[in-house]
Amino acid sequence: MKFGVIVFPGSNCDHDAYHVISKHVGQPVSFIWHRETDLTEYDALIIPGGFSYGDYLRVGALASFSPVMSSVKEFAARGGLVLGICNGFQILCESGLLPGALIRNRDLHFVCQHVRVRVENADTPFTNELRHGQILSMPVAHADGNYVCDDETLEELQREDRIIFRYCDAEGRTTPEANPNGARDSIAGICNRGRNVVGLMPHPERACEDLLGSSDGRGLFHSLAATLASSAAS
Amino acid sequence: MKAKVYVTLKPGVLDPQGKAIRNSVGLMGYGGIADVRQGKYFEIALDASLDPERARETAERMAREVLANPVIEDYRVEIEA
Repeated sequence: MKFGVIVFPGSNCDHDAYHVISKHVGQPVSFIWHRETDLTEYDALIIPGGFSYGDYLRVGALASFSPVMSSVKEFAARGGLVLGICNGFQILCESGLLPGALIRNRDLHFVCQHVRVRVENADTPFTNELRHGQILSMPVAHADGNYVCDDETLEELQREDRIIFRYCDAEGRTTPEANPNGARDSIAGICNRGRNVVGLMPHPERACEDLLGSSDGRGLFHSLAATLASSAAS
Repeated sequence: MKAKVYVTLKPGVLDPQGKAIRNSVGLMGYGGIADVRQGKYFEIALDASLDPERARETAERMAREVLANPVIEDYRVEIEA
């Protein structure tokens, strides 16, 4: 199985993602420059965090118009696995691969802290090694992580079980205090209808080593690897 | 010829920056300010040779596809000769 990490001008978590795939997942991984269009050799793509194009116009907007994103859309349409982290989540929303948008945090601050999220759906290619209701500790680092969508979209996400992670406290309760950015319905991560595209604001790739304060993020990457291994075997 | 594009948050979409401005002007003593909403303004220089209808079409498409995110924003286009 081969992983690709997409690199835009201003991406800054690309090396973290690369490190996790090569060291903790133990699989081949390459960087993909945003001008590339051939993604045929990849089984899974990671759109990493950062400040692509300096967050000009809107977060993730200019990246969503780059050549590689047209290929990412085709890749996703064929069922390829796509994980967007932080700025990657914003880019997936801007490109229409995920519904909704991410706007300025409720309290206007850049939030940079460890948060807890509750696994809301453990039946996706990205969470099958996790447990429903499991609480994960992961860092967030963003100014625009406040997930918004209209009532109809929210109802659809809830009904189709597409909210994957919600911000919560130590007891697993979704309270306004445990929600770092004011995201609607405490949403920290969602998936598309095909469940092969996931975006989340917290950084699982920065939570894969105890030395960094948490290794809870590993479950996500191990799930991805397990999914690819079983699809290769079948 | 110039296109002016105004991009504003849809009603109901939270605008924390507008709220912060509203609080500041309140503290400064401005009276009667019920609310502030922050938006974006673009000026696009267009070829003078362009037919005004074509110019509007181009600016409208650019506003819809690039300058505004229809999930959270509305836009308005004005063409100035």
